[in-house]
Amino acid sequence: MPFISNTTEQQKEMLAEIGLGMDDLFSDIPSEFLDKPMNLPDGINEQNVRNKLAELADKNSINLTCFLGGGFYDHFIPAAVYSVVSRSEFYTAYTPYQPELSQGTLQAIYEYQSAICRLTGMEVANASLYDGGTAMYEAMMMALRITGRNKVIIDDSVNPINRVMIDSYTQNLQIDLEETHCADGLANRKRIFRKIDDKTAAVILQNPNFFGCIDDFSDIAEAAHKKGALLIVSCYPISMGILKTPGEMGADIVTGEGQSLGMPMSFGGPYLGFMASRMKYVRKMPGRIVGQTTDRMDRQSYVLTLQAREQHIRRDKATSNICSNEALCALTALVYLSLLGKQGLRETAQICADKASYAYKRLTAIPGVEPHFKARWFFNEFVLDLPCEAADVIAKLIEKGFAAGFPLSRYYEKMENSILICVTEKRTKQQIGMLAEALESVL
Amino acid sequence: MAVKGLLYTKDHEWVGIEGVAATVGITDYAQEQLGELVFVELPVIGKEVSAHDEIAIVESSKAASDVYSPVTGKVIEVNQELESRPELINEDCYKSGWIAKLQLTDPKSHEDLMDTEQYEQYVAGL
Repeated sequence: MPFISNTTEQQKEMLAEIGLGMDDLFSDIPSEFLDKPMNLPDGINEQNVRNKLAELADKNSINLTCFLGGGFYDHFIPAAVYSVVSRSEFYTAYTPYQPELSQGTLQAIYEYQSAICRLTGMEVANASLYDGGTAMYEAMMMALRITGRNKVIIDDSVNPINRVMIDSYTQNLQIDLEETHCADGLANRKRIFRKIDDKTAAVILQNPNFFGCIDDFSDIAEAAHKKGALLIVSCYPISMGILKTPGEMGADIVTGEGQSLGMPMSFGGPYLGFMASRMKYVRKMPGRIVGQTTDRMDRQSYVLTLQAREQHIRRDKATSNICSNEALCALTALVYLSLLGKQGLRETAQICADKASYAYKRLTAIPGVEPHFKARWFFNEFVLDLPCEAADVIAKLIEKGFAAGFPLSRYYEKMENSILICVTEKRTKQQIGMLAEALESVL
Repeated sequence: MAVKGLLYTKDHEWVGIEGVAATVGITDYAQEQLGELVFVELPVIGKEVSAHDEIAIVESSKAASDVYSPVTGKVIEVNQELESRPELINEDCYKSGWIAKLQLTDPKSHEDLMDTEQYEQYVAGL
């Protein structure tokens, strides 16, 4: 059925009634924007659609052993996550328009917010954003609102996918975006300290950074605060099980991609952006926030709170155009974290780090394979230099059944031979050994 | 209800002028229309505004409204009490519920404002 449900006959009748032709209705739209033929084939029936899509899906390389990370991670997802999340009470519900009627949804979001606060070491979290990249952009805009300044410093050890997003979002905004080139795998202090001035709204960093290296930004937080600037830190939630939190480092806004918390890797998502901050900045925070209160019978209940920040009330002065949230993905993260528990998350993070450390030893033992950053702590990703172009090696390893890693030349100059390799708790010692053998055989 | 000796805008702000100092707030009509206030975003001290520029934001639980400066000047003081007790505007909008004090930089910017009587007539006609 077409989206517009009246028939051609009815349209003719209506137009005759008002004495106009169809073209007259669109006369306000410049002709160059009107009615370009879409060059689409005719519709086909359900069975043929299925066949066609199956054919397309067959072009994917599937069942590769995954050593690919770079912001999205192949973690084990307990079956109970999907069982809980797919309950129709959660699965079919949209962020409710009459929110307080849906106490269950609000309670889940409230608990998710609490989990994100504990994970990041922060005081307040919102109900989620679209993905890690938009969360980072929103954090930057929040820093601009708080400080009334327009200079932003970002280190290139921040995930390039997010940096590209920030670049395109800010194309037409008056923002002075300055990039620093990381120093031997860590945020470039020398440059950052020199750039922070009284026009700086924020410094944006990531930990562990895109190269997997672990940093402590306490000194940068201090330097930023001295000049009235904020520190925004993007983090990998699983690593929070064992690493120092951005909250402990003095970060003002923490964001990240939440996919690793129980969501499968899939091109295009849906993914989960999380954001947490300090209570003093809560009114500058974008997105929805669920608060806990009591009703008139003194029963514990949940509300969407501080809505005056949002666009349906504050219109053009809203903190952001985001009024919705990724409720189902946020619930997934909550269920995943609840199933793992504090100890489980710590163990998962530790196993990732241990296995990555083992893989690092195995792979750097191969003649011609060298660590790119020497003497750097890493979490579950590391950069290796190969004796030839990484992209070629990766292509050859796909033939052998491995997604071996990410070719860094895609985003970084002079890193043609560098590959970013990731190891999660799902990889076995045997798989790591097989990767080492396969890599050695193709060099 | 309006108070003698103050000047008023059509957007329901009031201003009290003493020499080059101007105290700004919102009127009783405005606070009643907004309902119970839950937050006031105050201007930064030193901010320079022209008449009709946004100077503060008042939030009730279901609305957020801009407060426009009735005069041209520089913000020299803000009512920090409002940060923890925004309801002062509901309770006593002309005295303890003042929002900001400005130093006038254009002595003519308040010439077109309404006096108490004019404002009361204006509100009566709404």
